[in-house]
Amino acid sequence: MDDQSLRAKLAEYTAKVEKTIAKRPERKNLEHNRLYTPLDLEDLDYERDLGFPGDYPYTRGVQPTMYRGRFWTMRQYAGFATAEESNRRYRYLLDQGQTGLSCAFDLPTQIGYDSDDGISEGEVGKVGVAIDSLADMELLFAGIDLGKVSTSMTINAPAAVLLAMYIAVAEKQGVSADKLNGTIQNDILKEYAARGTYIFPPKPSMRLITNIFEYCSKNVPQWNTISISGYHIREAGSTAAQEIAFTIADGIAYVDAAIKAGLNVDDFAGRLSFFWNAHNNVLEEVAKFRASRRVWAKVMKERFGACNPKSLMLRVHTQTAGSMLTAQQPENNIVRVALQTVAAVLGGTQSLHTNSKDEALALPTEDAVRVALRTQQIVAYESGLADVVDPLAGSYYIEALTNKIEQECWDYINKIDEMGGAVVAIEKGYIQREIQESAYKWQMDVENKKRIIVGVNQFQIKEKPPEGLLKVDAAVGEMQKQKLAKLRANRDNAALKTKLEVLERAAKDETENLMPAILDAVKAYGTLGEICGVLRNVFGEYQAHVSL
Amino acid sequence: MDIVQELLAGSRLALARAITAVENEYDEAAEIMQKVYPFTGKAQVIGITGPPGAGKSTLTDKLAKEYRRQEKTVGIVAVDPTSPFYGGAILGDRIRMNELTLDPGVFIRSMGTRGSLGGLARKTVDVIKIMDAFGKDIIFIETVGVGQSEVDVIKASDTIVVVLVPGQGDDIQAIKAGILEIGDIFAINKADYDGVERLNTELEMMLELNPNNALWRPLVKRTVASRGDGVEDLMQAINEHVEYLVTSGELIRRRSIRTKNELLLLINDHISKQVMDRISLGGELDSLVNSIEDHQQTPYNIVRNILAEILR
Amino acid sequence: MEKRIRVLVAKPGLDGHDRGAKVVARALRDAGFEVIYTGLRQTPEQIAEAALEEDVNVVAMSLLSGAHNTLFPKVVNLLKDKELENVLILGGGVIPDTDIPALKQAGVAEIFTPGTSTAAIVEFIKANVK
Repeated sequence: MDDQSLRAKLAEYTAKVEKTIAKRPERKNLEHNRLYTPLDLEDLDYERDLGFPGDYPYTRGVQPTMYRGRFWTMRQYAGFATAEESNRRYRYLLDQGQTGLSCAFDLPTQIGYDSDDGISEGEVGKVGVAIDSLADMELLFAGIDLGKVSTSMTINAPAAVLLAMYIAVAEKQGVSADKLNGTIQNDILKEYAARGTYIFPPKPSMRLITNIFEYCSKNVPQWNTISISGYHIREAGSTAAQEIAFTIADGIAYVDAAIKAGLNVDDFAGRLSFFWNAHNNVLEEVAKFRASRRVWAKVMKERFGACNPKSLMLRVHTQTAGSMLTAQQPENNIVRVALQTVAAVLGGTQSLHTNSKDEALALPTEDAVRVALRTQQIVAYESGLADVVDPLAGSYYIEALTNKIEQECWDYINKIDEMGGAVVAIEKGYIQREIQESAYKWQMDVENKKRIIVGVNQFQIKEKPPEGLLKVDAAVGEMQKQKLAKLRANRDNAALKTKLEVLERAAKDETENLMPAILDAVKAYGTLGEICGVLRNVFGEYQAHVSL
Repeated sequence: MDIVQELLAGSRLALARAITAVENEYDEAAEIMQKVYPFTGKAQVIGITGPPGAGKSTLTDKLAKEYRRQEKTVGIVAVDPTSPFYGGAILGDRIRMNELTLDPGVFIRSMGTRGSLGGLARKTVDVIKIMDAFGKDIIFIETVGVGQSEVDVIKASDTIVVVLVPGQGDDIQAIKAGILEIGDIFAINKADYDGVERLNTELEMMLELNPNNALWRPLVKRTVASRGDGVEDLMQAINEHVEYLVTSGELIRRRSIRTKNELLLLINDHISKQVMDRISLGGELDSLVNSIEDHQQTPYNIVRNILAEILR
Repeated sequence: MEKRIRVLVAKPGLDGHDRGAKVVARALRDAGFEVIYTGLRQTPEQIAEAALEEDVNVVAMSLLSGAHNTLFPKVVNLLKDKELENVLILGGGVIPDTDIPALKQAGVAEIFTPGTSTAAIVEFIKANVK
């Protein structure tokens, strides 16, 4: 059928639909068209826009065989209380067939404070494990061969310090740094924009990040030095297109900074990775994943002139949307997570964390975590969704939506470029305001029932309070304090002082790479708070930009 | 003890509540001001104004810390716009002053403009007086300075610092002439951004051309408030201005003008309030309008009659 | 008289999740309240002092990190020390049902958990503010 007759047919269909709507109105507030046809794909050029899996522009995936070769890495984010307790959970997950570790740290660790700092009160061990020094890190990975697992650490502002601790633990196990596999999140820009665990102002933070890029390219070549994260931007309320647009804009800022620092783009770009959210609107999410790969490939090739194919590939870890879990009828969350898993898998993720049903209420119990992991395994082994590479390609809707999201993404990137890049856009509060607008609109849509959330604003029931939630022992803070007191009494404090002075001098000299000095201070059992304290004194602290 | 005695004795709670009474126009407000008035006139009042995003709060925060190092006590009145649609406001200036919160020598109060016609300036002046009587040495008023009522607010200061940032489009042209004319000192904040030289040149040119600058030529200073750079220098400039005010007699002249304006404003407010109270009863306003439309009366004799009645 | 309900919206502790706090701040603004927003990482002492200086009617705290059992009661007690007994204290965030009775016992007037509409918060404040 040629275009002209197709247009005529479509007009006929539209006329028919009008009559039907007159009798039976359609649901309101639907974002996408009713129907997609070949007319929506008139400009689609297979080779240019899609290509083959593993080929530019990677719309269909970054590996040629995708899940036919190997499933995605099933990686459950975990960590709470003490290093000893988290170590037990890690070993349990590895026993259950999990293929990688993902460490959650408590807030004092994420913001560079020791457990005995006054500001840490009440927070120690709550949202993740408390790590005060190398001693805690040794306990965290006791009995786990760091040469065999890949470890992802959700750590940003003090990423250099935690990476140094990991390298030091490996060294003690007899594993050299070049054998280490894993990821640090290390994405400070989204902390300013959405997640809030920043320490230093943008300039020294960007320096720490490029120092890590440089150090790892020489010494820890298999390490993913950054996980540029849209996850938290989405959790803060952004739309799908905003999630990838702001994140890719952040990515551009990191690449710019590294090139400015004298690095060759192909020396580090292959170690950049991304982190997406898997939300409830399955097909929109699939289109988002596909659009993001295409945009990044173009950015790296056309803007930065990268040549190595690895530099062009957007490799992505995914987590299901925590903000979509409901405290009401928590069992329903299992279904939500299953749908989100489908979205991530059809989107072609490289690794996945699935949330547990009880996470809108508390940290997950072991049973809930197991169901979440089983969800991934059912999708992988039973559903058939992982049997064909990018199975939705060619769908009129999916391709049209991929194009639309890509276009929205470019519009934002151009706007942010005009402002002077992501760092300036964040300092001006632009990105934060865009996210807040979307978040507020979402909330009002829910309250006005323009958007239905099952069990929250419709289909509610009277519920009994949930039982059997995980409680973090309130004594964790005390235990960490005691460990710290012992550490401070038993280490060689004079030696540490010298190492911290070296670090301070290095921090003051912008041309120096900070990693060696941090590694030395870590090995001398300097605490996270002491090391970050030295850097705080030199760098100052970030003042948030808030405009509501 | 009544609330004024308490605040004079140093109660921060009484200070906070006295400010609320004035802001909400509680009945006791006039009495509070009456009692507070004899204790005013000692504080040095510094106005900080400039466009949104210029870094006013951060600069105020850093200046306050400088004054604290000299053991001066500090009051800060931060004015933010009230939403004209909802009547509410988000007052976010404290965010950049959080480190000052626990300093007992600093008292910060956020105010919404609340859409009152002209009332904002009077209330802010009263809040400054209350802080002054409480014993604050330095009082900052911080506001965007858009619109006449906010310019009036800032005019209650002895020294006005206009904060600008480079690289905001057409720079000077984009900023309302209003705040440029009233600046005693210009702080070019975020002076590590591109465009600082251009803004500096434009400012200097504009100041050259201003004939009002014969006695005091406004100073232009560069700051990076986030790092504290140039803040000491800015404080020095404020001190220079104060010295000029004192030695030239300008301080007495300005304060006298201000007292006059305040008195006129107060008279104005009270009379209009009485008039409004008198004619809003039982829809009399509407019937007066009708009588004008029916040519039974003119607006002029109505006013004359009402005033005669009220002032009798 | 130009009275406005004044609300301090605060994020105690180190938790950086401010989506909820910001949405609530804006909804309260749209309901005609004056909202004093103090941003992230506020200590209980800072929250109590800001409440005093701003003479607020309501202190609304949001916390998703699990530190509520430590931090909320601390704010309540500091407000009492400052003779701010009339201030309505609200909490929100990921707070298990089992923790709520003790928090209320400690002096938190109401706890709003995920899924609460902003309209419900506005109504509660209007009905209970002193």
